[in-house]
Amino acid sequence: MAVADLPKPGNDPHEQIVLTAVDEFLAWGKENSLFYLLFATACCGIELMQAGGPRYDVDRLGMIPRATPRQADLMIVAGTITHKMAGVVRTLWEQMTEPRWVVSMGSCANSGGPFSKWSYSVLNGVDKYVPVDVYIPGCPPRPEALIDGVMALRERVRRYRTMGVRDRDPHVVQGADCRFGSHPGKPEPQA
Amino acid sequence: MNGMTFEAIAARIAQVCDEAMVVRSENGQPFVRVPAAALPRVAALLRRDPALLCDALMDLTGYDRLKYPGNEASPANDAIAVVYLLFSQQHHHRVMLEVQAPRALCSVPTVSGLWPAALYFEREVFDLLGVQFVGHPSLERILCPDDWVGHPLRKDYLYPAQYHGVPHLREGQHFDGAPRRQGDPEPTPTPAPTKKGHP
Amino acid sequence: MTIEAITLGGERMQLNMGPHHPATHGVLRIRVESDGEIVSSCIPDHGYLHRSIEKIGECIEWPMFVPYTDRVDYVCAMNANLAYCVAVEKLLNTDPATAVVVPRRAECIRVLVAELNRISSHLIAVGAMAMDVGAYTPFLHGIAQREHVNDIFEKLCGQRLTYNYVTVGGVAFDLHETASEEIASFLDQFEKEMVRFNKLITTNTIFRDRCANLAVVTAAEAIAWGLVGPNLRGSGVDWDLRRDEPYGLYGELGVRVPKGERYAGRKGAVGDCYDRYIVRLLEIQESVRLCREVLKLLPPAAGKANDPIGGHQADVSKVLKRPPKGFVHCRTEAPRGEMGYFLVSDGTKVPYRVRVRTGSFSAAGIFHKVMRGIFLADVVAVIGSFDVVVPEIDR
Repeated sequence: MAVADLPKPGNDPHEQIVLTAVDEFLAWGKENSLFYLLFATACCGIELMQAGGPRYDVDRLGMIPRATPRQADLMIVAGTITHKMAGVVRTLWEQMTEPRWVVSMGSCANSGGPFSKWSYSVLNGVDKYVPVDVYIPGCPPRPEALIDGVMALRERVRRYRTMGVRDRDPHVVQGADCRFGSHPGKPEPQA
Repeated sequence: MNGMTFEAIAARIAQVCDEAMVVRSENGQPFVRVPAAALPRVAALLRRDPALLCDALMDLTGYDRLKYPGNEASPANDAIAVVYLLFSQQHHHRVMLEVQAPRALCSVPTVSGLWPAALYFEREVFDLLGVQFVGHPSLERILCPDDWVGHPLRKDYLYPAQYHGVPHLREGQHFDGAPRRQGDPEPTPTPAPTKKGHP
Repeated sequence: MTIEAITLGGERMQLNMGPHHPATHGVLRIRVESDGEIVSSCIPDHGYLHRSIEKIGECIEWPMFVPYTDRVDYVCAMNANLAYCVAVEKLLNTDPATAVVVPRRAECIRVLVAELNRISSHLIAVGAMAMDVGAYTPFLHGIAQREHVNDIFEKLCGQRLTYNYVTVGGVAFDLHETASEEIASFLDQFEKEMVRFNKLITTNTIFRDRCANLAVVTAAEAIAWGLVGPNLRGSGVDWDLRRDEPYGLYGELGVRVPKGERYAGRKGAVGDCYDRYIVRLLEIQESVRLCREVLKLLPPAAGKANDPIGGHQADVSKVLKRPPKGFVHCRTEAPRGEMGYFLVSDGTKVPYRVRVRTGSFSAAGIFHKVMRGIFLADVVAVIGSFDVVVPEIDR
């Protein structure tokens, strides 16, 4: 049982004690405080800004922008990644503390998007350089789509086991959740 | 618009440069074709002459004439054309200059001493078309990475095979979608992988 | 406040701003060398978002390039669409056989969407500049208003950011039935909101003193360095392509052009950051007025798409297969200044060369000059005041 599903404690002191597994408790905390790296390269960055704006307000999901990768749990790759930029993305990702998550936002970050066919300088998908957890389609995706992608990621975060076996090798691109298409990677190992 | 007409400007240019040629494009757009050696003279006239006073460089760009149709007969059919679009903020008139640089020895004198805006434009033309601007203080690549090979806007540019170990989707293909042909130059040689990450 | 570069004799510090930096408006990298708190040299490094849009233009057909113009400047995609389409129309009109007449209703809609997008683009510009110097709230007010414009555009063409709405020969869809009322009510509400915005930040003494006399660009310098649009007008040059080289419907509208006039008072100078900021705010006001004017001029829909008055799209499918051979240069006024297209056509359905000249590119060119001798903390304020958008620099 996840922490969130437990009944609210009443006045009885015995009811104010919650028993749960450490892993679940940590996952509950992580899931509700996905601080994201303020990192936008192109058009999707504007929608990311709008998602942080007053109407969509991702702060209510515990998502607060961080300017430095050291404080961030989540990197939202918003926009086109060129060959020149790719090394920088990798460096930023390496600077994030584990556990770290990557959401690829928009067609360009997923596959190169409108630039994949003709461009000489655009990387065909950011997953060539960093492992991606969730892909969000759209050019650019609406803020609702971004929030939906984050919800998919939260399920993944909930299954993450801090104390158990590490299920993520940081240097291997592993299975990813893709809400709208085929499942490109192998399924998540269940703890 | 109360500035000089194109014909008056062209006549004024002809006074300092005999080789300057007034050309009209196929759709009637007039411009002045100037040999590269005469460009500093003509540019200085346009910039400084009180009647001309073209103080703004609207655009400095270029295009590769390699595959331009109807071009085969002319001697400079593989030249890189460098285009200067000048405008006078004082008199509100405009003029276009064209300099054709031969492909093999692609160099044109810089105009960045007259229009500082050209500092960036010339770097871009150098980066994408491979025109050497003689006298430019810092002629480096501006858009492509420093270790990029080739000049992408040339018509005979092929897709790179890979960059820093990441293969390109259309490795070594032509830009018109054709696959590699017999006798094509080897695809862009891969530069030795440098330190990944931030320079 | 600008301090002349003085040598303190200490060690120079190399500082690397970007390409991931929240205040560089995208992936701009600036290598700053500072002497204590004072910037002694500043070298921008571009190309982190070089997506080879100009090369793509040589690979695809004329109308297929319109979506890519969205990506040249996504903050004002309507204006970027318009710039390309006006240029292609100018190319087609050089030959009477392929001349195209844009229906009058389409011209009105074009001005309407271009000015609405100018408003939303300038809202990002002034909001982000305020955020860069430390005021977060005005940015949120700007974003909130931008959402209303996005709603109108979404109803119009189904997209919030990259519209692909203006096409060669007109616009892709006619206005929906309630569009005029929606736009009018947005404008009314927006004007009241701008009063609050100005109270929040524009008249704020801290903000004004911070931006006054910072990174001053004189009129002659601005012209020589190729600054365009609000940056040029901020330096006191009275020049606006909408008024001085009118295209479309702008000739009839009589655009009033603001320019920098030392708005910061005694502490300021013509062409400082505050002037560039104020010019953008005044342009927002002017755009609101233009939108109202155009709504009055809008002819009723004719029901037929290529009707010369009430239609919204002239038929160009045939002429775009065989455009005239030659070249054309055409510039239009986008929110970040002149967006000039130099198109070379070889007479086929694929362009031979598509060149985009953008305002941010030349604005980035002047950075190393204006940033010498200012405080390190002011670097972000200067970037914000020039309103550079990185895809416009890198394309």
